[in-house]
Amino acid sequence: MVQDKKYSLFLGCVIPNRYPFIEAATKKVFQKLGITLVDMEGASCCPAPGVFRGFDIDTWLIIATRNLTIAENNNYDIATMCNGCYGSLLEADHQLKSDVEKRNMVNYHLSKVNRSYKGSIKVKHIIEILYKDIGLDKIKNRVKYGRKNKLDLRIAVHYGCHLLKPSEIRPWGKDSETPHFLDDLVEATGCKSINYLDKYRCCGAAGAVRSAFKEISLDFTREKLTNMRAAGVEAIITVCPFCHLQFDLGQIEINKIFKDRIDAPFNIPVIYYTQLLGLALGMNPEEVGLIKDKELSGVPPFISIEPFLTKIGEKLEG
Amino acid sequence: MLDYEPDIITNCTNTLVDSLKEAGYSEVDACIQCGTCSGGCPSGERTALKVRTIMRKVQLGIEDILSENDIWYCSTCYTCLERCPRKLPITDMIIFLRNLAVQKGFMLKSHLDLCKKFCFSGHGVPIDDKKWKELREFYGLKKVPPTVHSHEKDLDEVKRLLISSKFNELINIDSEELGIKKKVKVSIVEETLEKYITEEEKLKISKI
Ligand code: SF4
Ligand code: SF4
Repeated sequence: MVQDKKYSLFLGCVIPNRYPFIEAATKKVFQKLGITLVDMEGASCCPAPGVFRGFDIDTWLIIATRNLTIAENNNYDIATMCNGCYGSLLEADHQLKSDVEKRNMVNYHLSKVNRSYKGSIKVKHIIEILYKDIGLDKIKNRVKYGRKNKLDLRIAVHYGCHLLKPSEIRPWGKDSETPHFLDDLVEATGCKSINYLDKYRCCGAAGAVRSAFKEISLDFTREKLTNMRAAGVEAIITVCPFCHLQFDLGQIEINKIFKDRIDAPFNIPVIYYTQLLGLALGMNPEEVGLIKDKELSGVPPFISIEPFLTKIGEKLEG
Repeated sequence: MLDYEPDIITNCTNTLVDSLKEAGYSEVDACIQCGTCSGGCPSGERTALKVRTIMRKVQLGIEDILSENDIWYCSTCYTCLERCPRKLPITDMIIFLRNLAVQKGFMLKSHLDLCKKFCFSGHGVPIDDKKWKELREFYGLKKVPPTVHSHEKDLDEVKRLLISSKFNELINIDSEELGIKKKVKVSIVEETLEKYITEEEKLKISKI
């Protein structure tokens, strides 16, 4: 196992401010794998690549680079848990490393707050760290549940667009249309990744579509959910909090808005990958945030995770 | 910029192509109108967005694309960019077109609200209700995340950068409203400038 490796953990907005169990679970699971995630004190919104970049590209680049400089000062590569943050930070870093003029422009602005970009760190999604740095074999070796009591649930994997594309600036090789690294990671836990129609399609949340045209954005999701249900899945696995929100809160919204256009209300539990991995490593559901705060109303998870937990419980006892 | 409300642009000029090229999207001429982009577009399946038409209108300089909603229906899924046989960076071009639209004062209300949130809090999705702090605690985390939410000085930096790039002016927020006095210390700026930028580049930047 990788020992004492450290990363700068970039939180973004949706995870710390709406879906904090993703933050809690990821930190604990990485700790268990021998990796420390160091907070990036004072980081801001990445800013969202499909949202703020659409309003002013230079502003997007400047603020994204400010975030990069926090990690540079920490001296650890960045780990993100969000596809949007990944897109922003990776592409900003890529642009500044390849375009001197842009770098000068950004550094001019950053000089006003006594910062400068050096280009000394890399930006990684936690899935890249798990798949490439730690590796499938090592993860499989750590998984506690063997042949007898497997977590063999039927899972719908959702990659999310910005994890994969533009493929030129991603570490997965040319194949952005049918990759399988996330399926492999899910199967490493003992679960089955179930094929469903248009598996690699967009969830519909990004590009500032959700904020301006919620119904259109949810129609993307409705289509995906219909295909997932047709394939008979027991849970959805995400690796991005915005996709996560779109599937979790989205099901509640779709059940209302598209009442007449769906066969029956949707209620597929939505689980973030590190939560599933944590269970497979022998952690209990509470440790990986698979628990609902019943005191608070209007907080996630919106779709009950009880059916998922019941099934997991049966598997692990049996 | 946003205090007037134009309805629709009907111009037909060369400036669209020129500004795209100037921004580095020289591939714009290479589009052969094959329609691969529209064919795989998940948004076009349910909205008026026709990516191929957008690219044609760009070539022809038909500027109504900047005043219509279509470019805002794109979910930035990058499918078109990956598949374009002429390798046009389509999604990035749409993002650039959105920038032009905003410069002309075309921005949706919900997007403007998002910008305001971002300018004042440093987060596009800030903690704006105490239940979110309680939820963090429930999962064993610090009530307030270690982001700009915990660090006044860092939020101040973000605001200064937004003023420096004139983002606040784009969305009509006064720098004083953000709690920042207009002048930054000139001496510091120039001193640090020397470190990173040559004379020639300095000239270029003075235009920004
Ligand atoms: S796929 Fe490329 S070449 Fe074909 S119409 Fe679209 S932009 Fe033009
Ligand atoms: S990036 Fe936008 S225009 Fe291109 S396929 Fe996706 S939704 Fe359609």
